[in-house]
Amino acid sequence: MRRAVSLALALFCLAAPPASAADTVNPKADFKAFRDYFTKRFPNVPLNDFVNGPYSMDAELRKQWVEIDAFPPYQFALDKGKQMFDTPFPNGKTYGDCFPNKGIGIRQNYPFFDAKSGEVITLDVALNQCRQANGEEPFDYTKDDMAALTAYMAYTSRGKLFDIKIPNDRRALAAYQKGEEYFYTRRGQLNFSCASCHVQSPGDHIRTEVLAPALGIVAALPIYRSEWGGMGTTSRRLITCNSQVRGVPLKPEDELYRDVEYYLSYMSNGLPISGPGARP
Amino acid sequence: MPALMRLAVVLFATGLATAALAASADGFKAAYAKAEAAENQAGALKNQWTTTEAELKAAKKAADAGNFNDAIKHAQQAEALANASIAQAKEQATAWKNAVVR
Ligand code: HEC
Repeated sequence: MRRAVSLALALFCLAAPPASAADTVNPKADFKAFRDYFTKRFPNVPLNDFVNGPYSMDAELRKQWVEIDAFPPYQFALDKGKQMFDTPFPNGKTYGDCFPNKGIGIRQNYPFFDAKSGEVITLDVALNQCRQANGEEPFDYTKDDMAALTAYMAYTSRGKLFDIKIPNDRRALAAYQKGEEYFYTRRGQLNFSCASCHVQSPGDHIRTEVLAPALGIVAALPIYRSEWGGMGTTSRRLITCNSQVRGVPLKPEDELYRDVEYYLSYMSNGLPISGPGARP
Repeated sequence: MPALMRLAVVLFATGLATAALAASADGFKAAYAKAEAAENQAGALKNQWTTTEAELKAAKKAADAGNFNDAIKHAQQAEALANASIAQAKEQATAWKNAVVR
């Protein structure tokens, strides 16, 4: 009996994967490897240019961009967002009252880990929390009102450097790792992960689009797309990316969407906010 | 007599038809339940495929039109796709680590 147990134990130990560096969460090491990968693969792209997504990868597209940006198609969203932002709720408070520095120039600090709820809070979620705290209905995370507010907040933060913190809290590290896992997990009938497109193939063409590099990929959100004929929030973008590989998208601002945004934003630390963006 | 016989034939034929119908409808219900159970499991893994959803819809539509053979085919296809998505999720539960940039 005892022999059987020790045999089983021995077998179990053999079967258990060796505890290697791959099994411990180490955001700092991940950060360095991630950045090195992109800067070595694209030595001619200036570090701060990665935040311009597809334009950093393609000279032709870049020329179009210069023309697009002369009359930015997201201007209407900026104007609307500013007006919404400055208009008090019926109780006299404003969005600014919900945020540090009255909400101006703070986009680079989102998402953050909230110790109280134990969850990752994105800017979009913080905005809806603000609305609800002031007796307002939350906005749809995929639609224009949310895009306008986040566009304005990104605009006031342009050039500020991502400064995402992972506090020394088991739950924060777990959220980070879940985000990392989501990013590298293959899904959908086409069996692609986020990394298949945005790490393996940045600069490649998919139909008419040029794939953005994962480094700095969240800096330009929200984004105007001619193809959409309007603005897209972070949720709208992720939902589209999931659908492209024939995967059923998650709910907007699902925990895993927030975690993957947390992971990608941390990977972008030190890079400037460039949103709102405009894409062909 | 011929009239009686005709009636018998008609009755017999209707009996066959309803028997076949009942079997098909039941067959569809069973096939659909299996597909749906697999798709729910994929949902718990947050790994459903849009193609599975499309087959489930097509199965329902065919069944609503009384086309149970097609309905069963679509349901079986949905089940196969759902099972593939479950297998993918289980395989990726550890395999993702090999893809991480290091
Ligand atoms: C089949 C390839 C593919 C997969 C897989 C994919 N995307 Fe995308 N993604 C695209 C395309 C195409 C675009 C639009 C062109 C571009 O900007 O890269 C895009 C754009 C984006 C953008 C906006 C970038 C910008 O600057 O405009 C973000 C953010 C993004 N994807 C995140 C993700 C995440 C997170 C995942 C995994 C859940 C993912 N993508 C999976 C193809 C993909």
